Amino acid sequence: MAAIRSTRLAIYRKRIAAVLIATQIAVTLAILTNVATIVVERLSWSTQPTGIDEANIFFTYSENIETETPADLAASKAAGLAALRAMPGIVDAFPTNSFPLQGGGWSLIVNLTPDQKTPSAMVSYYFGDEHALNTFGLKLIAGRNFTASDVVDRDEESVAPVGGVIVTLALAKKLFPKGGALGKPIYIETVATPVLIIGIVDRLQGPFVSASGYFSTFAENSVIAPYRLLNDQAWFAVRTKPGQLNTAMQAAQAMLARMGSHPIVKARPMIEVRAGAYRSQRGLALLLAAVALILVAVTTFGMVGLTSYWVSQRRRQIGVRRALGATRLAILRYFQKENLAITAAGVGAGCILAIALNIWLVNRFAMVRIGGVYLICGSLAMLLLGQIAVFWPASRAMEIPPATAARGG
Amino acid sequence: MFSYYLHLALGNLRRNIVLTALLVVVIGVGIGASMTTLAVFRAMSGDPIPRKSSELFIVQIDNWGPNKPGEPSEDQLKDSLSYIDAMALMHAHAAKRQTVIYSTFLKGRAPDAPTVPFEIIAPAVYADFFPMFDAPFQFGGSWSRDDDAAGAPVAVIPRKLNDKLFGGANSVGKTLVLNGSSYRIVGVLDRWPLVPRFYNLHIGAYADVDELFIPFTRANNIHALTLSGIGCQAKLTQAWDELIPSECVWIQFWAELPARADADRYRAFLNNYAADQQRAGRFHWPPHTQMRNVTQWLEYQHIVPSELSILVLASFGFLFVCLLNAMGLMLAKTMARTQDIGVRRALGATRRAIAAQCLVESAVISSFGALLGLALTMLGVLAMRAVFAEGYARLTYITVPTVALEVLVAIAATMAAALYPAWRAANVEPALQLKAE
Repeated sequence: MAAIRSTRLAIYRKRIAAVLIATQIAVTLAILTNVATIVVERLSWSTQPTGIDEANIFFTYSENIETETPADLAASKAAGLAALRAMPGIVDAFPTNSFPLQGGGWSLIVNLTPDQKTPSAMVSYYFGDEHALNTFGLKLIAGRNFTASDVVDRDEESVAPVGGVIVTLALAKKLFPKGGALGKPIYIETVATPVLIIGIVDRLQGPFVSASGYFSTFAENSVIAPYRLLNDQAWFAVRTKPGQLNTAMQAAQAMLARMGSHPIVKARPMIEVRAGAYRSQRGLALLLAAVALILVAVTTFGMVGLTSYWVSQRRRQIGVRRALGATRLAILRYFQKENLAITAAGVGAGCILAIALNIWLVNRFAMVRIGGVYLICGSLAMLLLGQIAVFWPASRAMEIPPATAARGG
Repeated sequence: MFSYYLHLALGNLRRNIVLTALLVVVIGVGIGASMTTLAVFRAMSGDPIPRKSSELFIVQIDNWGPNKPGEPSEDQLKDSLSYIDAMALMHAHAAKRQTVIYSTFLKGRAPDAPTVPFEIIAPAVYADFFPMFDAPFQFGGSWSRDDDAAGAPVAVIPRKLNDKLFGGANSVGKTLVLNGSSYRIVGVLDRWPLVPRFYNLHIGAYADVDELFIPFTRANNIHALTLSGIGCQAKLTQAWDELIPSECVWIQFWAELPARADADRYRAFLNNYAADQQRAGRFHWPPHTQMRNVTQWLEYQHIVPSELSILVLASFGFLFVCLLNAMGLMLAKTMARTQDIGVRRALGATRRAIAAQCLVESAVISSFGALLGLALTMLGVLAMRAVFAEGYARLTYITVPTVALEVLVAIAATMAAALYPAWRAANVEPALQLKAE
């Protein structure tokens, strides 16, 4: 009891310094918890799997610079594809219109009835043939894969009818929350005829990368339609045997370059696509984390600095207390309690500030709401840091000999 | 007097070198972090075309009515117009200059030379585009209005392509093969650092993108599809014959309206146009139109990522904590010297003199802090450029105003933090301190 009263008194005497420390802790906690919320959310978004066999997939792109007739396009595309599938080191390949994390692709509305005011779902729209699932390495959890006879040629302008589409589990659940999506008709691209859901895969992320906003709301809703796109600039998705990605990719590029007249050939491994897609998002997240960590360090050093100063200022008082019988441990406890009181005040204010800041961020920037876990962990971390910061100066105070009281100063 | 204070200050600072160094570091780090993020933020939110940003307007017209599918915007308007509306505005000629814009993708090669083929983003525009957006020409110039009318195969190519294909020589009058047909080069653009490229925000707004320009009418003739996507209300229409008369939106319309009165007049014209469409039975809702100048457009499009705004916010919070910290340290420094000050007061120094001396000391510290902050800002900007090599931060640079602002903020903030410790120092009672000895 006596110790606590003396703590209060001491704080009162140097209240400005104490307020400074408490304010630093409050601001630090508010920033730290909000930044942690954002960083964790962004990093977990950027590490979520796309559902495809990312380590062994590359995308290659080949086009002739002269405009070709649809028949030529179909022939050259089939030739390229056959050559790719026959290459050693390549497991499978298929022609596609876009791929996960490409940065932009086809997005469409899916409806359950032909005449609907509010759409049932927004989806990413992939084209693929009977090799698509094997190439991507997707797990079919219900229904069947496409067969060669399902696949229909199309260009960008026309919508030829298809027998059925494969959808992701996320989309199936969104469209049919009660289950039973398999075999159900849905409306995509055209209201004229519905298509049936013939298969469901567990996971396939769309080509869009934004972690927030509209496009993040349907990242998992994907549809694969059995189309072969006959435009002059389409992609092949290629899956290689493990460990042969780079050699197979180079060989495939060289092969495709030999096949056309003046063709433009490009290739990108999926690993690179992922790294590129999230580079600035991750960069910003890491910078935010860095600022928050330096902030915590500065606050901690500030506490060390001020406590050291208080110790040096109170050498005589401490000496007197030691001479009057206070144990070394009692001195240590005194500084620890003092710090605890100041930090606790800062943490209390900091929690309120953190919530206020979060409400503002949610309104202004549509950020995620802060979790209670972050507040609790952040508060505990600040209290712990306070104790760590005070330990070194306090242990110096502990060593002040009682004789200091007599010597003065 | 000042030089005496300065002398005293330097002496004091040297005497307590650790505390001084700590102060300089705390201030320097705070300034460095906040100024780095601010530099990136300013680079990103800068005005791409300061001379004309308030005179160039993009037009939005609601041709879908309420209950729009797809991404809702804050004012329920789409970014682009349908072909019908875009052409109606073009033909109305109600602005000083006007152009429609959409971007397509062309593949090309030099006609005979065995050059590597290239692909390029090709905005389809009207001739007015170039004077409207202050496009700088290295050779030649814009195509003519007759070319616009005829849908002529002409092209304005970027400098980099000209360097690659023609070794940087004047290529005006030469031909290029684009998507299989020949185009006459009428102009070569010089380097054009338009950042962000506000008329093409969806295609690497901050990236170093090369663009080759062709007449909109020509792009229409060859059915060149847009890169930025087509927004359709019901059915996605990509067949040209269906797209042209459809309500699908895919074309931007920009107008140059130099005076305020012009803009007001144009606003009225737009509303009349929409009202006419309503009367004609095409729109079943009251006129809903909008015009935004470049600055307003960039804001509306939320072009600066919110994480960056939060980063700036966090780093200024950081600066605030650094200054509180510095204040605490300065307070400690002052209080450690109360006996000194007591002696000086007893020897006749006024309160003002003590406070002035404390402030001079802080000024010295803040100068060092500002220097360190500047060095850290430079390092920080280099780091940001490395982290965001392909993005916006590659454009971050430090300008003279940035440096001036940085030094000013450092000194002002430190001096503000120094006021209270100086006041405390000035209030030291001479007698008390002497008694304590």
